[in-house]
Amino acid sequence: MATIDIHPQTSTHHHDDHAHEHEHHHGNFWTNYVFSEDHKVIAKQFLITGMAWALIGGILSVLFRLQLGFPDADLSWLKPILGGWLTPEGKIDPEFYLALVTMHGTIMVFFVLTAGLSGTFSNFLIPLQIGARDMASGFMNMLSYWFFFVSSVIMFTSLFISTGPASGGWVIYPPLSALPQAMQGSGLGMTLWLVAMAIFIASSLLGSINYITTVINMRTQGMSFTRLPLTIWAFFFTAIIGVLSFPVLFAAALLLIFDRSFGTSFYLSDIYIGGEALPNQGGSPILFQHLFWFLGHPEVYIVLLPALGITSEIIATNSRKPIFGYKAMVGSMLFIAILSFVVWAHHMFVTGMNPFLGSIFTLLTLIIAVPSAVKIFNYVTTLWKGNIRFTAAMLFSIGLVSFFLTGGITGIFLGNSAIDIQLHDTYFVVAHFHLVMGSASFFGMVAGVYHWFPKMFGRMMDERLGYIHFWLTFLGVYLVFFPMHYIGIAGFPRRYYSWTNFETFSGFADLNMLVSAAAILTLSAQFIFLFNFIYSIFRGKAASANPWNSTTLEWTTPRNPGHGNWPGEIPTVYRWPYDYSKPGAKEDFIPQHIPYSETPESNLPHENELIKLELNNGSIDVEKNKH
Amino acid sequence: MLTLIIVFGVLLVLGILYFIFRIGNLVSLVKGKEDEETSWNSINAYLFLFFMIGSLGAFFWYSYATFDGYNLPVASEHGEVTDYLFWLTMAVTVVAFTIIFIVMFWFTFKYRYEKGKKAEFFADDHKLEIAWTVVPAIVLALLIFSGLRAWNDITDEASKDAAVIEVIGQQFLWTARYPGKDNLLGHHNYKMIDASNEFGLDLSNENSWDDFKSLELHLPKGKEVKLMIRAKDVLHSVFLPHFRVKMDAVPGMHTTFKFIATKSTAEMRSETGNPNFNYEMACAEICGKGHFSMRFPVFVHDSVEDYENWLKSQDAWLKQNPDYLKQVPAEKREAAIVKAGIPADSKEAIQQAPAVTLN
Repeated sequence: MATIDIHPQTSTHHHDDHAHEHEHHHGNFWTNYVFSEDHKVIAKQFLITGMAWALIGGILSVLFRLQLGFPDADLSWLKPILGGWLTPEGKIDPEFYLALVTMHGTIMVFFVLTAGLSGTFSNFLIPLQIGARDMASGFMNMLSYWFFFVSSVIMFTSLFISTGPASGGWVIYPPLSALPQAMQGSGLGMTLWLVAMAIFIASSLLGSINYITTVINMRTQGMSFTRLPLTIWAFFFTAIIGVLSFPVLFAAALLLIFDRSFGTSFYLSDIYIGGEALPNQGGSPILFQHLFWFLGHPEVYIVLLPALGITSEIIATNSRKPIFGYKAMVGSMLFIAILSFVVWAHHMFVTGMNPFLGSIFTLLTLIIAVPSAVKIFNYVTTLWKGNIRFTAAMLFSIGLVSFFLTGGITGIFLGNSAIDIQLHDTYFVVAHFHLVMGSASFFGMVAGVYHWFPKMFGRMMDERLGYIHFWLTFLGVYLVFFPMHYIGIAGFPRRYYSWTNFETFSGFADLNMLVSAAAILTLSAQFIFLFNFIYSIFRGKAASANPWNSTTLEWTTPRNPGHGNWPGEIPTVYRWPYDYSKPGAKEDFIPQHIPYSETPESNLPHENELIKLELNNGSIDVEKNKH
Repeated sequence: MLTLIIVFGVLLVLGILYFIFRIGNLVSLVKGKEDEETSWNSINAYLFLFFMIGSLGAFFWYSYATFDGYNLPVASEHGEVTDYLFWLTMAVTVVAFTIIFIVMFWFTFKYRYEKGKKAEFFADDHKLEIAWTVVPAIVLALLIFSGLRAWNDITDEASKDAAVIEVIGQQFLWTARYPGKDNLLGHHNYKMIDASNEFGLDLSNENSWDDFKSLELHLPKGKEVKLMIRAKDVLHSVFLPHFRVKMDAVPGMHTTFKFIATKSTAEMRSETGNPNFNYEMACAEICGKGHFSMRFPVFVHDSVEDYENWLKSQDAWLKQNPDYLKQVPAEKREAAIVKAGIPADSKEAIQQAPAVTLN
């Protein structure tokens, strides 16, 4: 199969289709649903695993919010779940609190918003939107999921071991993460964390290489790079960032494993702990921070770009307008992708790094605000004079833009090293990245599910439940994260189990309670989505092939596309993906596979020129098909 | 209490659900099924408008009404500068934020779906795009350069006569070491750390003889202080919220932060109207189970003389732990006794002690 798939533009396709259908009908349960090489099935596997992780990550966050919002509450009723992690007074153990924070971060950043988001939508949309039968390598794609699955199992297991999971923060800074005597979680829990992440990185690389190859090599006839939907551009850049940065995290993790298990001193020096001076000398904890953030910062964009791509698509479709400034959108994503590699040390202004580097990274960091601002302006202008349909997907996309604005603007404070001195590692940072990266990306993911659900499962999700889900989540997220700005300006440090030891941090019990209550509300609202999702898979209203009147290629497939996606020829592409509400056109959208020769009433002057080329291409196609 | 809140939350959620469904049903009853989608569309558009007005209102009201609650008084020279930059950036960003926020939600409301309406085919406009690329770039450049100037001043070398104080982080407490009369901190070596010698003082180095330990950070008002920061076990971070000071403590290296305190503890007590006010130092880098409990009291003296008097009143560490004279090379012991200010009567006994060499 793979050998045939890498020649997307030959007449063998017709023959190929039989092979696909053959497999589709006669494959058994294992090859169709478990070890499937079909990108659509793999996408669903990533989605469902990602949703399970999102639920776990969300529940962990509510647990530590209970401690922060209601420090006096008796949580003994959680004894059946938490067991020994509750103190005899019914409080969460301070060390387990750190484990919760750490695992919440790890799960959300890597397992939900990296694998769950890119894994789902890159897999699902790349072949469908560029007009390919499947990924370049279906087998690697399958491996990518199963590596992720194994990694998930290991990370999940670590939640249940007696010494607890990794607890040194999701950034796992050594020496804390390197020394089991420093905290319980740095024992077996940390080992499992490192093993799980190493496998995760392998999964991510397998996926990314596949995405890049597929986008470059397998676009259908006429699908030039300038006609790619913005989703594909976003997935393409994301995959490139991933391939370049994840290996560095692997290196960082490997050196940490050496320090932990084989007595090396990459990150360790001059340590006296537990009544004993350790022999390690000459290492530098700062080295780890450089390596970690060399992935860690691009990771922000690995998480965010796919969501921005999805949103671009949904906002254009539902405003019934072309996305404003297509080239500027691609350009700003490219610029963000490049800059994402040269801003990492803005996480380290006050870690003891040379202050001169601080100046350089301030400069580079604030430059990245420009393309981000351009993207926001372009989204807003796309709404201008639109004919906006508020589908659930559209609501979540507007929510994303709102979070991207609110959370992005605080980045201007944090990127400025002089201002960051006070704000570093306070709740201001927590508010900033949860809005701009966490919530924005999460909204992008949910928007994508609502929008492409009909193509994934052939049925519609209930829109009304979608509205309720949106409004509760949208308000909930703002109520959780907006108050944290005030708490952060007041100087409250992150990862504090309690603030009662300090007079300076004695206030804001009311805001913390509000935040925790809103967190519970937000998590509860997700069950509406979960219900809607599961219910609609089986009982949802049957979807039409193109329920949103959208222009991109995935909507030209049948209601339930089989393995190979199009039963007949792969459609040829003649135009860009955003011909919405074109003056003169009969309908308010013209799909990408409609040639200009069929739409003389709406063609722009330069598009009429293209008709000639279309005819040529067409005849070539006909020639080929005769053989 | 908690149960009550949970019950309340659940009721609220269910209430909202019921309310929205009820509205939906009523609307569809009045308008007929065909128009139902359009009505939902309008409901969402209006909700966005209400959200915009309500949330901006709440934001401005809360920010104004509780300003004193979240604005921490500043007590250092560079803190005045960074606070100014913070509020300058706040002014610029809040203006930009408010405009974009209003415009965006106004558009979502104004251009909501109407049957038969056709959207404007508006794919690009180079002048507009150049304008909104260049304007933020200029504004950001101004913010960057004012920020960088402040950063360079803050991270510049401390002056030579700055008061040097060493702050040491460990799980889960802070200690401070003052250099004594010579204003020079003695050498230390982590391998010499033991139950009494918490600093790992290297007593063969003469600068260490008059160093003393303090369980409270004492600072002069109006004199530059250079904090020398290190950690014994894992990362910690010195955080002095009122002084706008933050710097990690890293095992294996010294980090530094210089600053000038501008308000003494007494002045701050009268300014805040809180007679019990105390400056505090916290840990801002996750360091383990007790991360949240690493409080270190801070006291700012009213004047430099006052501070120096306090310095003089403190006993050298070596004086408090005369046993460690054994670690001072025999030929230097006499000098060490004088420098550490050890009283004459205990001299004899120590002089007789056999020399001990470290392994």
